[in-house]
Amino acid sequence: MRVTMRVDGADTAADIDRPGESLLATLRDRLALTGTKNACEQGECGSCTVLLDGDPVCACLVATAQCEGREVRTVVGAVPRAVRDAFLTCGAVQCGFCTPGLLVTVADLLEREADPSDLRIREALAGNLCRCTGYEKIIEAVHVAAAASVSGAEEARATDATAWPEAATTPAVDAPAPDSVAPSAAAPPATERTGDARPSAGEPQ
Amino acid sequence: MTAPVPATTTAPADFEFHRPADTAEALRLLAQRPETVPIAGGTDLMVAVNYRHTRPAAMLDLTGLAELRQWTDEGASIRIGAGVPYARIVAELATVLPSLAAASRTVGSPQIRNRGTLGGNLATASPAGDGHPPLLATGACVEIASLEGTRTVDAADFYTGPKRSVLEPGELVTAVTVPKAAGPQQFLKVGTRNAMVIAVCSLAVSLDLDRRRLGTGIGSAGPTPLRAPEAEQIDLPWAAPSRLDDALLIEFGRRVAAAARPIDDVRSTAEYRRHALAVCAARALRRVWTAAHERSA
Ligand SMILES: Cc1cc2nc3c(=O)[nH]c(=O)nc-3n(C[C@H](O)[C@H](O)[C@H](O)COP(=O)(O)OP(=O)(O)OC[C@H]3O[C@@H](n4cnc5c(N)ncnc54)[C@H](O)[C@@H]3O)c2cc1C
Ligand code: FES
Ligand code: FES
Repeated sequence: MRVTMRVDGADTAADIDRPGESLLATLRDRLALTGTKNACEQGECGSCTVLLDGDPVCACLVATAQCEGREVRTVVGAVPRAVRDAFLTCGAVQCGFCTPGLLVTVADLLEREADPSDLRIREALAGNLCRCTGYEKIIEAVHVAAAASVSGAEEARATDATAWPEAATTPAVDAPAPDSVAPSAAAPPATERTGDARPSAGEPQ
Repeated sequence: MTAPVPATTTAPADFEFHRPADTAEALRLLAQRPETVPIAGGTDLMVAVNYRHTRPAAMLDLTGLAELRQWTDEGASIRIGAGVPYARIVAELATVLPSLAAASRTVGSPQIRNRGTLGGNLATASPAGDGHPPLLATGACVEIASLEGTRTVDAADFYTGPKRSVLEPGELVTAVTVPKAAGPQQFLKVGTRNAMVIAVCSLAVSLDLDRRRLGTGIGSAGPTPLRAPEAEQIDLPWAAPSRLDDALLIEFGRRVAAAARPIDDVRSTAEYRRHALAVCAARALRRVWTAAHERSA
């Protein structure tokens, strides 16, 4: 079955072979768009957050076949430069595995609310787990990004994945279960699709 | 999780994924092939699919059905389409349906609330589903459709066991009709975090000032969501509101806890669930009573 959708602004077609294939699996394994991370496949971690018709959703819980004609924006196409710069300058990235999902959620939050309070930030980010940072730096990054966006310093939306600083784009490619997500700045860029690209995700808890 | 996908996909396997244009078409498809699995937000179903607890050969998307994705004001009540996501219930219905909106706001995370629906919550019929207690406490009705027609079931009669309901193959939940609040309402949920929590127990209480009636709904403390009929019958000091004292609050808590039929499980012991429900009930009654009489003062 062929599904056509817009992904990060480009018309994209994917041939899926079962009705329950998730948008996350399609993005990563069929379209080689590995910016969106897989760390649980049960909606708990938010690593796979993308914007579907403008709303943050867990790509692992959306059936690809539900996306016919819809607009999907991933970390590549959804995040203003001010947001990613703030994450880097604030040290809101450690292993980086949660980062793409957080960036998408934060971009969406700031789109809706220019200067959110700590409380609002915490509620908006409640579905994005980070095992490394302790969240304080992430919340700081949201404030910094908000200030930068308000001052209008940098509003251009990044549409080019290669504009990412290398170390921040390529955390543990296709990392396995969440338990074994390890810092891996040296991992190769995830540009090629191979037959065994599937992560071996964890068992249900 | 899932099997490796070949680098080049050529011949798609034989499977069905339907995107019906309206509810009538969806019901026709379901009647033709009752094992077709409907999918709304996917927040229950896709977890099971990803972990291979189920492998549907045919699915039917409900997210394209405009009729399911709208709510309407029916005067005394709100009719909420089964496919309206929680995020919209929170954003659009908090004033008229405060306890349902409060419960919706505790579901999962923003990502889950952008997709998850009351229709999916009802069809799953988990005793821990957060949509259920407010529906019970307010006396809501569930609208169920099939090719044969439409039937309406009181929320109190909808649940038949853990993850079981009166929903039959070939049927869809099309809407839930919830009476507008006629007084203050509360929804309290006990868990380890303020987000992403399956309730240890939960409680909805609604006070109807017009009919001088209390409504209750208990979650996650029995094989199904439950009402607490004896607690609803408690004698409230309507003529002299300041006479609502601790003894009465404690008695209300005792009756709510007595109505629960909790078990020990990974999230909690039965004993703790009863204790927590008694505390929540006293707190909820105090809050709705105080709010009601502050307002009219
Ligand atoms: C991370 C996470 C956190 C969660 N937290 C909570 C929580 O805090 N509280 C809570 O209550 N739930 C929670 N859930 C469970 C889930 O989000 C809810 O039960 C939600 O209401 C399911 O709705 P859905 O539209 O996503 O259902 P789906 O997954 O699309 O469907 C669920 C089932 O219902 C059937 N179905 C769906 N719609 C209909 C319909 N209209 N008629 C007939 N059958 C239908 C489907 O066939 C399927 O069997 C959570 C889930 C996840 C993944
Ligand atoms: S991979 Fe989707 S939420 Fe964790
Ligand atoms: S930086 Fe968030 S999980 Fe490692």
